[in-house]
Amino acid sequence: MNILRKKSTANLPFSETAIELFIRLCGISSIIFVFGIFFFVFREGAGFLFGGLDLGQFLTSVEWQPTSLNNKRYGAFALIVGTFSVTVLAMCIAVPFGLGAAIFVSEFCSPKLREAFKIIIELLAAIPSVVWGFIGLTLMNQLIITVFKAPIGLTMLNGGIMLALMSVPIIVSIAEDALKAVPDSYREAAEALGATRWQVTYRVLLPAAKNGLLAAVLLGAARSIGETMAVLMATGHSVNIPSGPLSWIRTLTATIAAELGEVARGDEHYQVLFIIGILLFTITFVVNLIADLVIKGIRQEQ
Amino acid sequence: MTTPMQTNSDNGSQNTPVIEISDLKVRYGDSPALNGISFDVYQNEILGIIGPAQSGKTTLLKVINRTLELTPDTTVEGSVKLDGVDIRTIGDVYGLRRRIGMVLPLPVGLPLSIYDNVAFAPRTAGIRAKSELDEIVERCLQQAALWDEVKDRLDSLGTKLSGGQQQRLTIARALSHQPEILCLDEFSIAVDPVTTMRIEEVLKTLQTEMTILLVTNLVQQAKRLANRTAFFLNGDLIEIDTTDVIFSENPSNQATYDYVNGTFG
Ligand SMILES: Nc1ncnc2c1ncn2[C@@H]1O[C@H](COP(=O)(O)OP(=O)(O)OP(=O)(O)O)[C@@H](O)[C@H]1O
Ligand SMILES: [Mg+2]
Repeated sequence: MNILRKKSTANLPFSETAIELFIRLCGISSIIFVFGIFFFVFREGAGFLFGGLDLGQFLTSVEWQPTSLNNKRYGAFALIVGTFSVTVLAMCIAVPFGLGAAIFVSEFCSPKLREAFKIIIELLAAIPSVVWGFIGLTLMNQLIITVFKAPIGLTMLNGGIMLALMSVPIIVSIAEDALKAVPDSYREAAEALGATRWQVTYRVLLPAAKNGLLAAVLLGAARSIGETMAVLMATGHSVNIPSGPLSWIRTLTATIAAELGEVARGDEHYQVLFIIGILLFTITFVVNLIADLVIKGIRQEQ
Repeated sequence: MTTPMQTNSDNGSQNTPVIEISDLKVRYGDSPALNGISFDVYQNEILGIIGPAQSGKTTLLKVINRTLELTPDTTVEGSVKLDGVDIRTIGDVYGLRRRIGMVLPLPVGLPLSIYDNVAFAPRTAGIRAKSELDEIVERCLQQAALWDEVKDRLDSLGTKLSGGQQQRLTIARALSHQPEILCLDEFSIAVDPVTTMRIEEVLKTLQTEMTILLVTNLVQQAKRLANRTAFFLNGDLIEIDTTDVIFSENPSNQATYDYVNGTFG
């Protein structure tokens, strides 16, 4: 007995420390990766960002002519507008569908149907983005041409629909978790007060789960902003300020993907592409920050 | 504490049954929870329902307001009549639920403001006018002895109140749709003794306006408040009689005597 006890007290601190050290390393490494990526992207673009690039022109000009021989222009405004417009369009489609599906799956359907739905939604999430791009390029392209009598179907609408289909699974699964996390006692209490299922949902569950629902929407939006391959294939990929859903556009991400392979390492064009990377980094950072602030604001309000 | 024996016997209108339960059997899947029970509940009485855990008390309340239907795989046989009408023939189940106030064991302040908690049922019933809602909210909070403590912060969250306050909030909420019957399921589980006494006083006052079904794990609470008391055991109604008889030296069943006197099991 005595020996055992001695042994365990001698062993425990060591294994404890080892485990703690390991967990700590995992935590620190994720921070190192984020900073490392930012540092690398920043280093590649910094030279031109601080020497040579006209930042005003970069942010406001619509002229993107990085390969022109005598009139090089690096105006990313159209790309920024492209990214935002297609994301907003995608969210307009994905948020109602995603939240609606989450409400249906969590509150209105039978357990059996719920399992089936979850499998389908997971399948949807597992489809690689290049497959969505392909669908946009072929199926959706044809559909838009036929329905809207458009000359070409590779448009903001096409890309927006593809992005919506890609963000819906994220929105559904996170929003469903948020709704499921609302205690059943709330449902019981509200039902005992004579509320219908739908009244329980919009009077009690949606307010109770609003943080999680907001997180779902913002993560869906972040997915759309960062998505590359599908928008490259489906939006027409032409520098253009869109005048409507049937205009073609080009996004920040697609520009990097399409052009990075063709530039000489270290030259201006190469560096501008990394500056776009910095811009994307900043945008996602701001989106996350807003999400944090909004969620904190809601907490304080409570 | 105040003159319980008088309230126990001075109820004159005991002969109109509001609820008539006959041969009620309930099963969850294959396991029985109530094995054919029959009794009546009279107008304006407080009926105490006592019995050890798992005896089917909560199940009985859920049958009466038809929230048991929300639990999948349950079977109900026999009949429950409310004012002479079999509740299963009532088409508007939401309306039925609003005729019955339900207070659950753990106080559930909905994650809404105090005002919205109390206005919840009237709103679902379609009342929109602010003045009318204001009036209901004030009346119910007054009735539940909570008004003075919260009247200056009706907009703050109901979930922020203390346990005892939340339980009174749920009582106010249960009163907001002017129920004919008030069911309380072990309401004092999460409430301190002082608040319990306050709520008991509230119940005595409410008795003049409605019929009260008081499920309680404190036998003394039934003794203090109830006109009649029913003793449940493992899904059977062992005995129902005036509280005086149940708590006397000679109730008709030995198990009742043992349970009431704490020598049970
Ligand atoms: N949702 C449910 N699913 C399956 N069985 C249930 C369910 N709710 C209750 N039961 C069973 O029904 C029987 C009666 O339970 P009930 O909750 O009505 O008892 P109770 O008298 O209220 O007990 P307590 O004093 O613990 O609240 C028990 O055997 C219980 O296990
Ligand atoms: Mg119970």
